[in-house]
Amino acid sequence: MNYMILIYQDPDRPGAPAGPDAATTITAPWIAYTKALVEAGILVGGSRLAPPTTATSVQIRDGKRLVQDGPCADTKEQLGGYYIITAADLDTALDWAARCPGALDGTIEVRPIVG
Amino acid sequence: MTQDAILTHTARTAYSRLVAWLGARSRDLAGAEDALSEAFAVALATWPRTGIPARPEAWLLTTARRRLIDAARRRGTARDAIPTLLLAMEPEADDQAFPDDRLKLLFVCAHPAIDPAARTPLMLQTVLGLDAATIAVAFLATPAAMSQRLVRAKEKIRAARIGFRIPAPEDLPERLDAVLQAIYAAYGTGWDAREAALEQEAIWLARLLAALLANKPETLGLLALLLFCDSRRAARRSPVGAFVPLAAQDPADWNTALLAEARALLIRAGAMNRPGRFQLEAAIQSVHAARAETGRTDWPAIVLLYEGLIRIAPTIGLQVGRIAARAEAGNPAEALAALEGLPPAVSTYQPYWALRAALLRRLDRPGEATEATARALSLTTDPAIRDYLGR
Repeated sequence: MNYMILIYQDPDRPGAPAGPDAATTITAPWIAYTKALVEAGILVGGSRLAPPTTATSVQIRDGKRLVQDGPCADTKEQLGGYYIITAADLDTALDWAARCPGALDGTIEVRPIVG
Repeated sequence: MTQDAILTHTARTAYSRLVAWLGARSRDLAGAEDALSEAFAVALATWPRTGIPARPEAWLLTTARRRLIDAARRRGTARDAIPTLLLAMEPEADDQAFPDDRLKLLFVCAHPAIDPAARTPLMLQTVLGLDAATIAVAFLATPAAMSQRLVRAKEKIRAARIGFRIPAPEDLPERLDAVLQAIYAAYGTGWDAREAALEQEAIWLARLLAALLANKPETLGLLALLLFCDSRRAARRSPVGAFVPLAAQDPADWNTALLAEARALLIRAGAMNRPGRFQLEAAIQSVHAARAETGRTDWPAIVLLYEGLIRIAPTIGLQVGRIAARAEAGNPAEALAALEGLPPAVSTYQPYWALRAALLRRLDRPGEATEATARALSLTTDPAIRDYLGR
């Protein structure tokens, strides 16, 4: 079964990549983690997301389109990226989520993918 | 035995094994329970005519399995149905004993991914077959709310695919602790609500766990603790139903068979040389029980055991318990000072106020004692406890 590993982080956390190259800086722990997922043969997909400041939200209310600057929830920790992995059960998926570098300074949410 | 008696007996002993077996394979606990209750209904309808099968459990399993597979087929092609359809390929269980998956079921119920408030109710329902309405009464919830909590937990197990498996060795201590806590909570709930039936169900679960994981001293410690408490069931109330505190109980009213069993369990656990919270709590009960032979309570020993316990689990309840033991072993003024040093969270803990009232009375401060008694009274609804506090 496939699980989505959602990485929530505070964009202003200490040690976060900053400066003009922040969006393209990938640190060694993330490279190693992604490599481990590939080598285990369980990586289905995934990507980093541009910072929440670049997010735009859209809703239809009373038939009208409402477009707003910013992410869906205005919380400190924001979705920063995701992986989709395949795992036998939740405990296996949680083991992989716990190894994710983002678990050290953020929160990893594990959600089963329907279908 | 009559047909009904055999069916009841089979239901009692087989229910959890059947739910665990079906649940582990279909990953659909709700579906497994439905299929099983249908199988029991079929048994009630046909056994009087056909006679009881040689192996009633295997018969129920086969019938429930077919129902589960039929239901999955009816649901269509959803990927959800695949684990259930794989059931059809498992060898028939009629010819051999089917594996006991109840331990896995207990670990699923107390899985960290399950809402903590649902863990104990889930165990009571899936392992013991109690209905949501009965569980709701014990947990002071409405039947609708309890039923929803249980449905949500089972849906999570199915949709997130929580595996029916024994945790890895490095996770086992923590995961086992969650199982022990859930069983202990079932007993505590029964105690508070004076639901003797629920206490007995909790003891049944503790016995099951101690049998399945006999090499883990804490499982034996929990069973010993519950049996020590249960041995005093009759002594906890006077003939007119008034609350009798432990110190005032007549040891002649204690159940000696349960005491002996509890002691033997504690000795077996102790021999493994890995002390833990439940063993220490059972040891405190064992010191209290020794009054039956010695005629006195060794309070300094109890204080020492509390010290060890607080190092493992510094809960408010244990801290108040330690101070109560120290008051018995030493002087009440010192105990009162210790009580006043506890964090403010104790202000809603009834035993804190009851102990405070007792200490103030001993120190001849009746005005403050009355005040503390009033606070204690405001925190309990049990009429027997209220009568006792208000004396």
